[in-house]
Amino acid sequence: MITPLSPASKAIPTESQTAPTLLKDNPMTTITASPTPSVQDSSVIKTKRSSTGKVRTRNVIQSEWIKFWSVRSNYLTLLAAGFATVAFGMIFSAVASDGQAPGPAAFLTNPVDVALGGVGLAEMIIGVVGVMVVASEYSTGLIRTSFATVGRRGRVIRAKVAVVGSSVFAVAGVAVTAAVIAGQAVYAGTEATVPVTDVLDVIFGTTYYLTGIALIGVALGFILRSTAAGIGTLVGAVFIGPNLLNLLPDSITDYFLKYLPSEAGSAILTQVTTPDQLSLGAGYLVFTAWVVGLLACAGALVQRRDA
Amino acid sequence: MIQVTDLTKAYGETLAVDQLNFTIKPGIVTGFLGPNGAGKSTTMRMILGLDAPTSGSATVGGRPLAEHDQPLKSLGFLLEAGAVHPTRSAHDHLRALAVTNGISTARVDHVLQLVGLSEVAKRRSGGFSLGMGQRLGIAAALLGDPEVVMLDEPVNGLDPEGILWIRHLLQNLANEGRTVFVSSHLMSEMELMAEHFVIIGQGRLIQDISAPDLRAMAAGDSTTVRADRLDDLVGLMQNDGVEITSTDRSTVSVKGVTPDQIGRLARDGGIALHSLVPEQRSLEDVFMSLTADSVQYHGSAPLEMAA
Repeated sequence: MITPLSPASKAIPTESQTAPTLLKDNPMTTITASPTPSVQDSSVIKTKRSSTGKVRTRNVIQSEWIKFWSVRSNYLTLLAAGFATVAFGMIFSAVASDGQAPGPAAFLTNPVDVALGGVGLAEMIIGVVGVMVVASEYSTGLIRTSFATVGRRGRVIRAKVAVVGSSVFAVAGVAVTAAVIAGQAVYAGTEATVPVTDVLDVIFGTTYYLTGIALIGVALGFILRSTAAGIGTLVGAVFIGPNLLNLLPDSITDYFLKYLPSEAGSAILTQVTTPDQLSLGAGYLVFTAWVVGLLACAGALVQRRDA
Repeated sequence: MIQVTDLTKAYGETLAVDQLNFTIKPGIVTGFLGPNGAGKSTTMRMILGLDAPTSGSATVGGRPLAEHDQPLKSLGFLLEAGAVHPTRSAHDHLRALAVTNGISTARVDHVLQLVGLSEVAKRRSGGFSLGMGQRLGIAAALLGDPEVVMLDEPVNGLDPEGILWIRHLLQNLANEGRTVFVSSHLMSEMELMAEHFVIIGQGRLIQDISAPDLRAMAAGDSTTVRADRLDDLVGLMQNDGVEITSTDRSTVSVKGVTPDQIGRLARDGGIALHSLVPEQRSLEDVFMSLTADSVQYHGSAPLEMAA
């Protein structure tokens, strides 16, 4: 559509005080924006000053909440992770109930672990959400606005942790519980079921693990400031790396492999632990240390670097 | 008021900003000019507390911006027009910024109306044109009804109507007693907008000058004369220290005699003057010659023209 020239635009060369009035009387249409109101109408510029106060962490969390839930891909991706958890759990359970092992033999021995087979995919999706929430602000330049408007940068990190953490915890908690129930229902045809109340520790552990992975994603986003680098590092170092290291002789890997985030995490999301893994308590401790440590590292870098 | 004192920013060996000193006063629009790479954006990022100065300081109302209780209410800013998540709506974007500083949703609607984006406020901002992005950035800058407004290249991508609009907007903000600091690399954009100019090149201050003083610099020392009996007039003007060059048969360019004197000589000699034009360089020319030495990236031809 060709935008017709209004008299207002013809008034441009004259520096007269009447130009804004012309603008007001003859609203100019920009391509899709609405008519520009006159700036002479200073009541529009000066609205009553809103309450004075300070920027509080609560305000910043509110802001991050709006940001997180106003981007459709965030909640669609979270829902996809939840869906993957339940759907793959059901598929694995169906396969397992036919007596076929979808993975290592030990996996089959516990119907709950089978029902949570989809977590392996969900954790990648959720980790990517964590990276994206931060890295997208760096790629658009929005991070500068975020930092400058709240003054202290630590608040932005804490608020993102609070929002991503609570959102992922809620979605993952529901999805993991649903996966256990649905997987068992599929599995029930051939084997006895385990009541949900008996595996609350696994449900909590898995939810805790997924939340932690999302927060590792957040930390990597702040540390690497790029979507590609963040996702690459997350997938490479956290998910694929340990599997490659597994190919090394046990005499080498025994000492450190179990302390990596994914391996420490595996100790808290299964009922059947192998001697290679950390104990449940140590698993929580080491995994939490990774999450907190990476976030602390992100915080220190963000404070020191130019935004 | 913005105060910059001995502000310096070094990136390795390169000095992006070199011992800058200036004060931006309230009540007028101040243009911040310099060629690309002169250090304008770096200076603005330091004023915002995003980049840490290597030495020196930048304050807003006497304190670093990050120390203000609610920074958006002290200084509104536009850094990059595209600094919005593309799938987030303009309304959600502004709401997320507003809540950090305790600014109401009503104010969000006000500024959207002010910049003419009300009708597209709920649409994804990724579909915005460059000009609409600028308007959204300006809306964000006005959110906190701030005493100081700082805009980096706000005219980029605006159509003539938009440029006229922003000129009146900024002048109104200044008339309300606010401090308005606007950067551009084009003098032609700024000369109708600003009452004062801070001109930098290669990070150094070149001029901190009022608009009238800058115009005085643009005044040349020659006068172009067209007259009936040109040869007779040339004879009358001929004197020590007077330099007369003939442009064509009926035009001469005169140095060393003021237009007033030429007019009187012509009257005394009974010669009819056709035109008497004091040489006036454009502010663009003045700006180009001021910054010619500090242009970082240039083609050879334009430099010759400027010199």
